[in-house]
Amino acid sequence: MLTFLVRRIIGAILVMAAVTFIVFVIFIVVPGGDPAERIAGKNANPQNIINIRHDWKFDKPFYEQYWVMLDKMFTGTLVSYTSQQNVVSQIVQGMPATFSLTIGAGIIWLFFGIMVGVISAVRAGRWSDRLITVLALIGISLPVFWLGIVCRYYLAEGGWLTIFPDGEYTGITQSPLQWFYHLILPWLVLAVLFIGFYGRVLRGNMLDTINEDYVRTARAKGLPQRSILIRHVLRTSLIPIVTLFGLDFASVLGGGAILTETVFDLHGVGQYAAQSINNFDLPPIMGVTLYGAFFITIFSVFVDLFYAYLDPRIRPT
Amino acid sequence: MSERLLEVKDLGVDFTTEDGVVHAVDGVSFELDRGKVLGIVGESGSGKSVTAMTIMGLTRDINARFRGEVSYQGRNLLEISDTEMQNFRGNEIGMIFQDPMTSLNPVYRIGEQIAEAIRAHEHVDKQNAHKRAVELLRQVGIPNPESRVDDFPHQFSGGMRQRAMIAMALSCNPAILIADEPTTALDVTIQAQIVELISKLKDDFNSAVIMITHDLGVVADIADEIAVMYAGRIVERGPTRELFYDPQHPYTWGLLGSIPRLDRAKQERLHSITGAPPSLIQLPQGCKFRPRCPHAFEKCKEEPALENRVETPGHLDRCWLDVETKRSLRDATISGDQTEAA
Amino acid sequence: MVQRTESEFTLDTAAELAEAEPGAIRGRSPWYLAWRRLRRNYFAFCALALFILIVAVCAAAPLYAHHIAHTGPNDEHVLDTVKVNGKTTQVVSQGGIIKGKLVASVPIGPTWFSAGGKFVLGADVLGRDIAVRMLYGGRNSLLVGIGSSAICVFFAVVLALLAGYFGGWIDFVITRFFDLFYAFPVVLLGIALGSALAINGFHHFGLNIQSGSLWIPLLVISYVLIPYVGRPLRGQVLSLREKEFIEASISQGASPIRIMFSDLLPNIMSSVLVFFTLIIANNIVLEAALSFLGAGVQDPTPSWGKLISQGQALIVTRPMLALAPGIAIILTVLSLNIFGDGLRDALDPRAKVRVEH
Repeated sequence: MLTFLVRRIIGAILVMAAVTFIVFVIFIVVPGGDPAERIAGKNANPQNIINIRHDWKFDKPFYEQYWVMLDKMFTGTLVSYTSQQNVVSQIVQGMPATFSLTIGAGIIWLFFGIMVGVISAVRAGRWSDRLITVLALIGISLPVFWLGIVCRYYLAEGGWLTIFPDGEYTGITQSPLQWFYHLILPWLVLAVLFIGFYGRVLRGNMLDTINEDYVRTARAKGLPQRSILIRHVLRTSLIPIVTLFGLDFASVLGGGAILTETVFDLHGVGQYAAQSINNFDLPPIMGVTLYGAFFITIFSVFVDLFYAYLDPRIRPT
Repeated sequence: MSERLLEVKDLGVDFTTEDGVVHAVDGVSFELDRGKVLGIVGESGSGKSVTAMTIMGLTRDINARFRGEVSYQGRNLLEISDTEMQNFRGNEIGMIFQDPMTSLNPVYRIGEQIAEAIRAHEHVDKQNAHKRAVELLRQVGIPNPESRVDDFPHQFSGGMRQRAMIAMALSCNPAILIADEPTTALDVTIQAQIVELISKLKDDFNSAVIMITHDLGVVADIADEIAVMYAGRIVERGPTRELFYDPQHPYTWGLLGSIPRLDRAKQERLHSITGAPPSLIQLPQGCKFRPRCPHAFEKCKEEPALENRVETPGHLDRCWLDVETKRSLRDATISGDQTEAA
Repeated sequence: MVQRTESEFTLDTAAELAEAEPGAIRGRSPWYLAWRRLRRNYFAFCALALFILIVAVCAAAPLYAHHIAHTGPNDEHVLDTVKVNGKTTQVVSQGGIIKGKLVASVPIGPTWFSAGGKFVLGADVLGRDIAVRMLYGGRNSLLVGIGSSAICVFFAVVLALLAGYFGGWIDFVITRFFDLFYAFPVVLLGIALGSALAINGFHHFGLNIQSGSLWIPLLVISYVLIPYVGRPLRGQVLSLREKEFIEASISQGASPIRIMFSDLLPNIMSSVLVFFTLIIANNIVLEAALSFLGAGVQDPTPSWGKLISQGQALIVTRPMLALAPGIAIILTVLSLNIFGDGLRDALDPRAKVRVEH
């Protein structure tokens, strides 16, 4: 088991190294034009551009540029020239909001996703299943940012009904109640898409599993329906869901919630990236991209471990 | 005098599918006494598995229709509720299936799965159930049961898995064990071991066995009675010895003739039955074997009833030919002469 | 009792009898069976019809623009007036201080054909006809969505076949490639690529794509999704690879290309079809998201996502600006999802939920 863990960690480190290289390629190498101009962003005067070119070593060979980029990222000196702010500190500032959004939404979507999946699998073919399927499909088809806008308009202050506050994020340390109150709508909006998706995946898995031979054996043993459903069907059907959840959660944490954060003005990491896009300010985007990829890589190691725990067949003996 | 455990009377099973109604089983009747082994033999699609699963209530479905009676302990198993049926399954009637790898849940340990079977029907705590599981594994011949009980299915070999399945099926001392093609997925050498094991356990547990297979060789040794099924019906049924030495139905002749035998001359070709089984949705009129029967004649347009036409009582068949004609035709068929017809 | 002697009955006679009998089991190809199952799924077919309708309407954008709205998608009419029910109204009302209060300038709301076909859904802050922009935007969104799916699925299939068939180091390299891009959140990667390329365009490998071109979001999205389609397909190819019929082909001397395209590809085709349909839906939403954030389709080109972001500011006074493109996306994506679902059910050989009687 230990060798498995060590191998995965080494693999993860290699992936992260490769990720930094990819980021470098995407932002520095691939696009046409002058990288120094690009990094300098809008409102840059010629002197800035020259300084940047020197600072980032764009006049030197690629590997030196790559090294400079790595250095800036990991020493926390990556700076946005448009906003004059340190990228790393901005990311750190945005993390509480992003974490709050992701963890809350994650719990909601996992819980309801499983519930929806089980109900529609057990009632497969009947009207309740079809209704749930259509609702799930609608949920998947809603663009999350549009839903956010609509919800904000119709349900929040300044709009039609004023049940919810109009976005913004309140730290949990300041006021737990307000923190919760401000996050409910974003949580629900973000969760809708995933609930639909997870419900359908689980339903599909369960319907597949119900036809498995070992479920037939469980029936032949005379086990009660409920026991069969939970101990045999659900247990195996949940395994892919768990892995999916691990990766999706990491993805959202790593900035995938960019749209929800932007629409609800939560000032998280994702919104920071979104604002930078508007200004075509590349250093923050680079920073956030790297941050996101790191999260996913680390999480996938945990997911792999958990998967080995859940499915004994893939445990290395 | 043996106790009569199970009586199947005129069992019929139909499934409604998008292609039409599948008449999987029609007019099947047999009895099973304690301590006896009944072999049900037939090719794929003959209805043998459906019969077995119906006895266990595993074919209950919104698209299934049942006729007839499956009488156990005075109750008709076709009519009792699902919850009541759960009490019978595993407890009174145990079943093992063809592929032991997929029939065991891969994420639970062997011991856990056996204990689960026990605790479903008896008030036993986990420790005792675990102990019993170890004993059962020992009884089915698994070496080192104390440590192997905590293994996962993928750590067992094919033969051992099937033994574990048998242990699980017998864990609650059922009166009847149904074995659906238990050896088909196993090596030939292991096959013999498993069949022997089933026979031995039948005596140890004083139960009855229904052994389902497509291979007559498998049941030859242990079955007391054999029923041959074709197109959802029993076409011949009788004591094993009778069936092997005096088979009465052309299909049985075909089955017996297609067993490779060491005492046959090398030049003789292996006899095989031409054609394919009929569609269970559109069955032919009259005798269902007629399209493939080399001896069909006028009367075969009417379906024969399953009757005793031979001297030995208890030996029934569905063929209009009179006994003497059968015997002479049969000997020609089994020795392969018929295959050389001009 | 009538007796027949053996000489009158041979196996040939038996064979003749067999032929005369009805009830042989007819073999049917899995495609035919799938088609039959799909045919019965009216819901899926309605969904497909809806999707085709949407595509057709958007394709007819120039017709609408020319004959009904009499304006192009980027034509600004800030200072123009239009006759609504006979009354002359400003396309974009004057803002400023009116009666002592600061009033924003508000574009005209939906006229619903009472202005002779102009501004049916209203106008935006720059006086552009929303209905026309919706149709042109739809065209662009669909182009990017469908085009990127096609490219993505094509490369995913090729890579999956290569990786699955050859195994070894080719598989290793391709899988690492997939894994690497799995490490990025899709949206973030799309944003990264989209924004980086939006500034200066893409000028490598002989391609010269300008920064405002529709090709940038198209290529970015296709590229980003390749691992998501490629990995599951590779898994399928791997399990097919182990089957005996492949071994049989190899032992008959079939070339790798032949095996990949004649043996492996047809067997993954049903997955490929389902993926293709569902990825189109996914890509339309992804393009909308990227354009909403500014990393996709660039101004002044319209797309549904772009329209939503432009309509966001006016959601209170002119909700239609943001609602209409959103509803368009939902209908398109929903119809694709429903059809893709029906397609998957039809192609799946294991009948999970059957006809009820």
